[in-house]
Amino acid sequence: MEHTNEMQLIFDSRSSNESFARVTVAAFMTALNPTVEEVSDVKTAVSEAVTNAIIHGYENEVHNIWIHCRTEGKTLYLEIRDEGRGIEDVSQAMEPLFTTKPELDRSGMGFSFMEAFMDHLEVISAPGEGTTVKMEKTIGKGRRLWTTQSL
Amino acid sequence: MKYQVQENCLTVFLPYELDHHNAEEIRRESDHLIEHNHIRYVIFDFADTNFMDSSGIGVIMGRYKRIYMLGGGVCAVHANERMKKILTMSGVTKIMQIYEEEE
Repeated sequence: MEHTNEMQLIFDSRSSNESFARVTVAAFMTALNPTVEEVSDVKTAVSEAVTNAIIHGYENEVHNIWIHCRTEGKTLYLEIRDEGRGIEDVSQAMEPLFTTKPELDRSGMGFSFMEAFMDHLEVISAPGEGTTVKMEKTIGKGRRLWTTQSL
Repeated sequence: MKYQVQENCLTVFLPYELDHHNAEEIRRESDHLIEHNHIRYVIFDFADTNFMDSSGIGVIMGRYKRIYMLGGGVCAVHANERMKKILTMSGVTKIMQIYEEEE
């Protein structure tokens, strides 16, 4: 198909790679001509998903994290996957302010941010089988209104 | 990371990007300063900050919980539009004022 592009990234689950991951995805999406705002949205969402994989998926052990990026037309499709411990109750994990690691000062806002900054979010996970976060964002969707209400 | 202590007030000069990677360090260092300097107020200075994710919100909430018990509070200064948006969306503005200029 025309106007499609694809890239994959595999990296160690070290916290120093969080900025590498989001900057790489940001660079990949520049072909779609995004606004600064849209790039920031995607960077935040990538950062949340990668941080989850490091802290919760692998619990600070070093293993692989996969990012699969695809653009089709004006839409960016993102898949961020780990083979870590997985999530027992996905809908509970996605509730705002829910966290299993309050002692680490985790705010429990990760999935809420991904949901707020992307157009579509899907989380596939099972205990012991890792987690895949699928996200979509269409670039240049006209001017959307910002709700500045709290989540 | 840069910090400034003035009487019972700690200013944390946040880095260019505030994510999980450097949130740990800020958490550790600021808690040490809060404990050893009888800090009651924490000012988060966003002048240099262009990126923040939910780890940053966790840092703010954690410090707030610590000093709220002691009758203190937290506030933010020099936040750009993006940072204001993240702070507002997270709901953390319910416990923290954003000031345009440091008094």
